[in-house]
Amino acid sequence: MSDNNEKRDDLDYETTGHSWDGIEEYNKPLPKWWLMIFYACIVWGIGYTIAYPAWPGVKTATAGLLGWSTRANVEQDIQNHEASLAPINERLASVELTAIADDPELNTYAQNAGAAVFRTWCAQCHGSGAAGATGYPNLLDDDWLWGGTMEDIHYTVSHGIRNEQDADARYSEMPAFGRDELLSREEIAQVANFVMTLSGETPPSPDLVEAGAEVFDFNCSSCHGEDGTGDRFQGAPNLTDAIWLYGGDYDTIHETVFNARFGVMPPMGGADLNEAEIRAVATYVHGLGGGEASEE
Amino acid sequence: MSILDKHGILEKNVTLLAIFAFLVVTIGGLVQIVPLFYLENTIEDVEGMRPYTPLELAGRDVYIREGCYVCHSQMIRPMRDEVERYGHYSLAAESQYDHPFQWGSKRTGPDLARVGGRYSDEWHVDHLSNPQSVVPESVMPKYGFLQAKLIDGEHIQDLMSTHRLVGVPYTEEMIENGRVDFLSQANPDSDYDGLLERYGEAVNVRNFDGEPGISELDALVAYLQMLGTLVDFSTFEPDASR
Repeated sequence: MSDNNEKRDDLDYETTGHSWDGIEEYNKPLPKWWLMIFYACIVWGIGYTIAYPAWPGVKTATAGLLGWSTRANVEQDIQNHEASLAPINERLASVELTAIADDPELNTYAQNAGAAVFRTWCAQCHGSGAAGATGYPNLLDDDWLWGGTMEDIHYTVSHGIRNEQDADARYSEMPAFGRDELLSREEIAQVANFVMTLSGETPPSPDLVEAGAEVFDFNCSSCHGEDGTGDRFQGAPNLTDAIWLYGGDYDTIHETVFNARFGVMPPMGGADLNEAEIRAVATYVHGLGGGEASEE
Repeated sequence: MSILDKHGILEKNVTLLAIFAFLVVTIGGLVQIVPLFYLENTIEDVEGMRPYTPLELAGRDVYIREGCYVCHSQMIRPMRDEVERYGHYSLAAESQYDHPFQWGSKRTGPDLARVGGRYSDEWHVDHLSNPQSVVPESVMPKYGFLQAKLIDGEHIQDLMSTHRLVGVPYTEEMIENGRVDFLSQANPDSDYDGLLERYGEAVNVRNFDGEPGISELDALVAYLQMLGTLVDFSTFEPDASR
């Protein structure tokens, strides 16, 4: 047993008056400082419910004396932010597209703002580094489907490609030569072999190439050009550069000819991005490496 | 002897103590929960909200079954960074036909409250089949198997009735035509006038996954493409008292 009985000061305390089998309970009050904080918290709590929205009433809850509202706060937050950027955004939205690059301040702003817009709205398809993915064009190179000038990029971002939401979307549709029976299986095999030779690849059946050239001439050259270099006006890819959106192996080309492709890009204009944001992201994409000078 | 001195009665009778403890907790619960059922600004009336179409409802079930909510929230908080990234903050009304709601508590992936219309159907199919093919840094698992699982809406009417039981305002007509609407939404060649009449002109009618037949992928993409698109925010006036 411990020998510090003499240190006990219990006898100075009152008991609560409870007694169970002769065991009594001392009434030891909480420390003063603790009690004061406890009471202060209660008072603060009452004040809090008066200052902020809290008490339910018959139809609505009390709004609080401070008029605090998350909705008003976020609206104010956005307004402040937009107001601080308004001068430069207005300038960005109003200058000639080609003049953005000539104005160092505007260009720096557009590049950085555009990078932020790109990561929010474009990266899911074109990749966070803009290198694209199968079916989603790489934006780093100079191989453009619909054109790589500021005007072209601006138009593509605003209206998108082959979507239903925007009547001005870029549109073209490659026929599904196999599915819709425009070409026989034999002819498709021939033309797929020929298309591989356009970019210098070795086709699996070189003996079909000659016949394939004829099929290409009759069926493909009106969009892809007689030499296969494509037509940006119709978004028809260049087939000679060995840069492939879906793949350049025989099976993929065969699939493309048989079922066709129909890549869709949603329009970013309208509800999603405003003019300054579209111009910013166009500047960013134009500056990624493949941007082309506008024709004058 | 004041009433405070009588606590001995409670302390010595465990049944009585349980009953009174329950009463106290009940009062706390009632004060917090009951007002939400009658206060007018709990769920504001907004135009455009409608119950899910049968196909969307089936897609929502796939979403829940696959545990999408474990990594994706559907709740854009009223903060500038979220509003700029995801769109207008979520309204309570937008979850009013959700049983259970899909607000989520963690974002490993992005919020999906307004993912509808943001990407093409093809992107959704590519992305669900192999997320890394379009977003290399993604840690999302592959859901390509959904495309192989064909569904025919056999129990869709029961599912709609169940949702009506918990308060979703499906009409008798909607439930009667549940199966028809389910089949026609994924088939643009079908007669889907009735579907548009019942659920509004804005309903997406497409072959969502681009393959013949209605698969779970069709249903899931139909659901995703509708998310957050129902309320027209150009006409929405936020009530500042919230």
